[in-house]
Amino acid sequence: MSERLAPTTTPDTKFFWDALKDGKLLIQRCKGCQTLRHPPRPMCPRCNALTWDTIEASGKGEVYSFVLPRHPRWPWFDETYVVALVQLEEGVRIVSNLNDVDAADVTIGMPVEAYVEHFDNVSLPQFRPRRNA
Amino acid sequence: MSRSLAGKAAIAGIGQTEFSKASGRSELQLACESIKSALDDAGLAPRDVDGMVTFTMDSSEECEVARNLGIPALRYFSRTTYGGGGSCAVVMHAAMAVATGAADVVVCWRAFNERSGMRFGGAAMQGASMLPPFLDMYGPYGLLTPASWVAMQARRYMHEYGATNEHFGRIAVVDRKHAANNPGAWFYQRPITLEDHQSSRWIVEPVLRLLDCCQESDGGVAVVVTTPERARDLKQKPAVIRAAAQGAYDDGEMCTSYYRDDVAGLPEMAVVGNKLWKDSGLKPSDIQTAFLYDHFTPFVLVQLEELGFCKRGEAKDFATVERLSIGGELPINTSGGLLGEAYIHGMNGLTECVRQIRGTSVNQVPGVEHALVTAGTGCPTSGLILGSS
Ligand SMILES: [Zn+2]
Repeated sequence: MSERLAPTTTPDTKFFWDALKDGKLLIQRCKGCQTLRHPPRPMCPRCNALTWDTIEASGKGEVYSFVLPRHPRWPWFDETYVVALVQLEEGVRIVSNLNDVDAADVTIGMPVEAYVEHFDNVSLPQFRPRRNA
Repeated sequence: MSRSLAGKAAIAGIGQTEFSKASGRSELQLACESIKSALDDAGLAPRDVDGMVTFTMDSSEECEVARNLGIPALRYFSRTTYGGGGSCAVVMHAAMAVATGAADVVVCWRAFNERSGMRFGGAAMQGASMLPPFLDMYGPYGLLTPASWVAMQARRYMHEYGATNEHFGRIAVVDRKHAANNPGAWFYQRPITLEDHQSSRWIVEPVLRLLDCCQESDGGVAVVVTTPERARDLKQKPAVIRAAAQGAYDDGEMCTSYYRDDVAGLPEMAVVGNKLWKDSGLKPSDIQTAFLYDHFTPFVLVQLEELGFCKRGEAKDFATVERLSIGGELPINTSGGLLGEAYIHGMNGLTECVRQIRGTSVNQVPGVEHALVTAGTGCPTSGLILGSS
């Protein structure tokens, strides 16, 4: 079994989770002023436009902050897991996990790359150290 | 006439239940007991009450509280949002009500079984299969507790300013030192050393150890707010509202404001602080003691910066045990705070500052003219300055 707690998608976030099922990490873009935004929301705070489209993230980013939750333990995670706040090169930040790395080697500023992992109940973006960084 | 709340309302009574890990009674009963205790303290009767403010998270209905206490008519009732972020906002709402004449005597309370009942620390998620929408972007990755939400932001603060977990530990030492002298505190006569702090287990590495995290408690706390004129005729020396403010800031979330250019600060508290200083005409050096909401120690340091007690990034040097303890330049959390006394969502810090104004704290600071109180941080928040006149 490989599951995660699944998001309760809303009409504002459905596109984001649906795209992940197809292996794509999308960033919302305002059609009025082209500003990118994450997490998804209905209105652009810059120009108040309600129309938007998306771009596919390159997946390249850097660790902006990270923590190792130790307590309580959860059935969905190993004893040690890294939760990172990643700054994507497009300019927005996203919370995710950082895998394929010893927790002791994680640093702020570390180059990382996204991939999509298909769990039994949900598809999620995940990150790992960037190869050929 | 100045358009502020300065001098237009006062806290005339404070009350509480015992603070425990298992109250053995309903949250409604805790609410009623704490309100009755606050009214007794003020020298008022339930029939004098015509207003109520509590937290949106509080489980006790206004009409149920009124029917238990025997409060005949309510003219004003409201609730404040964002959990502990509203612990000073309740008094602000009450003060606005009495200042405008919407009500004359307003009770504010928070009462819960946060330890023996529904705990905030994440236990409720253990059997969950779906997330509440506000956790959609965090829960799937295992960021499931208030400690972890706060730690992600505090980790960035550590990175930018060189603060360490040991710096945070000094807040825990101060709180436990004050609690050790407070018979009502859970950790009465149980002070800790920085070594104890440093050897406690990680809750969220490398930010929060066990002793950086507040307690979980059962209990109730209430205050009575009325006009300064009426308060002066009652039993206790009034704690006058010199300023009261709520604060939220651009691109914020409930506890996960990770998307601003600057993640290392608490701009909500700057919004509050700026308004408090402006309306009161006071400055940080005019404050003799403060309760700085201490659900997690790192944000006490950030609050010291956002409120102007020291500059950005300098709290790690400013926040020494000596300076923040009784006898120091700025004693904080003199009842022991949420770490040492109890976690009643910040309301017990508010009542301690009222005792400081009255001169009745077990850890009394000499000559308190102004005390500053803050509410839960990392989320939209609130604050108060109380004065002896
Ligand atoms: Zn726009």
